[in-house]
This record gives sequence, structure tokens and C-alpha cells, in this order.
Amino acid sequence: MGAQLRIYRRRMRSVKATKKITKAMELISASRIVKAQQRVSASTPYANELTRAVSAVASYSTVVHPLTTPRPNPRRAAVLIISADRGMAGAYSTNAIKEGEQLGALLRERGLSVASYLVGRKAFNYYKFRDRAIAASWTGFSDNPTYENAKEVSEALLKAFLEGSESETGVDEIHIIFTKFRSMLTQEATAKRMIPLEVVESDQAPVSGILPEYEFEPNPGEVLNALLPRYIEARIFNAMLQSAASEHAARRRAMKSATDNADELIKSLTRLANAARQAEITQEISEIVGGADALASASAGSE
Amino acid sequence: MALNVALVSPTQQVWTGEATFVSARTTEGELGVLPGHTPLFGVLVDGAVSITSSDGSIKEFNVSGGFLSVSNDRVSILTESVGELLHFS
Repeated sequence: MGAQLRIYRRRMRSVKATKKITKAMELISASRIVKAQQRVSASTPYANELTRAVSAVASYSTVVHPLTTPRPNPRRAAVLIISADRGMAGAYSTNAIKEGEQLGALLRERGLSVASYLVGRKAFNYYKFRDRAIAASWTGFSDNPTYENAKEVSEALLKAFLEGSESETGVDEIHIIFTKFRSMLTQEATAKRMIPLEVVESDQAPVSGILPEYEFEPNPGEVLNALLPRYIEARIFNAMLQSAASEHAARRRAMKSATDNADELIKSLTRLANAARQAEITQEISEIVGGADALASASAGSE
Repeated sequence: MALNVALVSPTQQVWTGEATFVSARTTEGELGVLPGHTPLFGVLVDGAVSITSSDGSIKEFNVSGGFLSVSNDRVSILTESVGELLHFS
């Protein structure tokens, strides 16, 4: 076998192996999207009820709560970026991080300094590589977050918020960046302000009819105190679940195009290998014919 | 007339359906809800929530904290974690 042919065959083998891997990853992600989507929809009743409750309390009581009122002179803002732990998901993490950069620039324009809270190894590595300050980071659950994870994150954020910007680590605002799962094909990185709250923004149609006058037990202030942290948790949880679904969708798409590219490559390599083999055969034949010719003319000359 | 009850946790909808009576423990003490209850919003403490559904069966759930809201015979119970205690039928 000729050297050229051997090289082509070797490359084909390696591309085929890669294709098997990407194909497997595509299938795994495809099956996980469904599960992730189910988790998103399982968490919506809770989020909706909570939103309803918060808007009811907020609109029917005159309580001024630190979580709902903007602070007069904000100095520091927390930005929570939700990214992936693993790569191979196309531009998924990059988009979230980019959105974070934009939000950061916007906040700095307003005269605020930014404290970064990061979820996922990709965002963490990005910040670490650039030697930026990280307020806190969590890794290891980006593709399958639990409510406990969301709780942990929101506790850290709320703690920083309640400290206020007078202290070293406190913040006055909290923003979140996550990837909204629109459909299998579209996911977009979205930035939202979480605190001070902008209450009411569910995907569902607004609750019909006017909300009734509520009685509060024990009292509106206490109820808000208990309600708002849960609300934040639920929103962070929902953001994480949506991001997880988006991550799987992005990975599936990236792996699908990798598989397609591998197919393409295999096809062109096969053609090249065939041409090389043919060339080899042609050469061999012409060598034999040439050799026979030479022999024939040599023996003819000796006679 | 019956109550429209929804017991939900962050990860799932635990129980929904029609009920005639709901009882829960709030920070102020034991609280019972019958159809026609005035709109109410309460903070729950750890303890049992019991729902008497329209077919007469009683369902008890163990909740750890949460909220109870009542409006127009619609009762929603929000809790972070829930476990079913007993199952009478």
C-alpha cells in the first residue's frame, strides 16, 4: 500500500472515531433536553403561585420592604452569571459571559462597581484566566440543578444584599444572567434585575379579575419577610433550570453539526483515498507495461 | 361549593383537586379553611397540612415551612419540601 493511501485511511479512521463520540453526545443531550424541559414545567406552578402571592401582598399592603425599594445611592451591584460546567455546547457559555460583560459595562456607566457571582466552570475559568475578582462561584451542577443549589446561591446573594454597600462585600442591586429556553432551536442569554424586585412577570396571562383584599397572618411585613427570599430562590431555580435545558439544546445542536461535518470529511477523504488507490494501480500497470516493453525491445536488439 | 386546592413545591405539583376543608398550622396557630373563607395570606410553620377532598378522603402532608393563600375559594399551599404522611381513604 502506498504512503499516500495509508495516510488517508488513517485520517478516515480518526474522523470516524470522533464522529462516533459526537453522535453519542448528540443523542445523550437530545434525551436530556426532554427531561430538563419537564423539570422547567414542573417548577412553573410553584413559581406562578409565588408570583401571584408576591404581587398580591405588594399591591395590597403599604409596607415598605428593603427588597422592593431601590436604595437611593447604589454603589455596588451583584451580577450572577449562569454558564455551563462543560464545553462542547457551541457558543452557549460564551453568550452568557458576553451578556455579563455588556451588563457590567452598563452598570459601570451608572457608576456602580460590579461583584461577580458565577455558576458553572466555564464562567469561573473565564474570570480566573483574566485574573478578575470573583465574589463567589459554584460549579458542578449546571446540567442538573436542584432546588438546594438554587437555595445556596440565593442565600449568598441575599446575604450580600442585606449587608448593603457600606460593608466590603455588600451590594445594592442583584442582576442575573441566564439563558432563556425559547425552543429547541433558539435560546438566548438574558439579563434581568432581580433586586430591587420588579414584581409580576410570568409567562402566563395575568390573573383574571382583581386581586382581593387579603388578611395577613401574622402581618404584611412578616409575610413579605418570609415570602421574598422564597421568591428570589424560585426565580433563581427557574433560571437555572432554563439554563440547563438551553445548555443541553445548545450541546445537541453543536454535536449535530460536528457529526455532520465528520460525515462530510469522511466522504471527501474516501474520494481522495479512492483516487490515490487508482493512481497507484495505474502507476503499477504502466510500470509493468513499461518493463515488458523494455524487456521486449532489449531481446529484439540482441538478436 | 368546594375549595380548589393546589399544593405545590418547587419541583412538582404535589396535589391538586377539589376539597371541602383544609387545615394547616400558621405562625399564629392552627388554621382551618372552609369554602367561602375570606381572602387570607398566612405563613406556615413546620407541621402537617390536611386536606379533606370532595370524595371524603383525608390527605395529610408534612410540610416544612411555606405559605397558604386563600382567595375566592382557591387555596394554594406553597412549600419548599413536602412528604405525604398518612393516606386515609
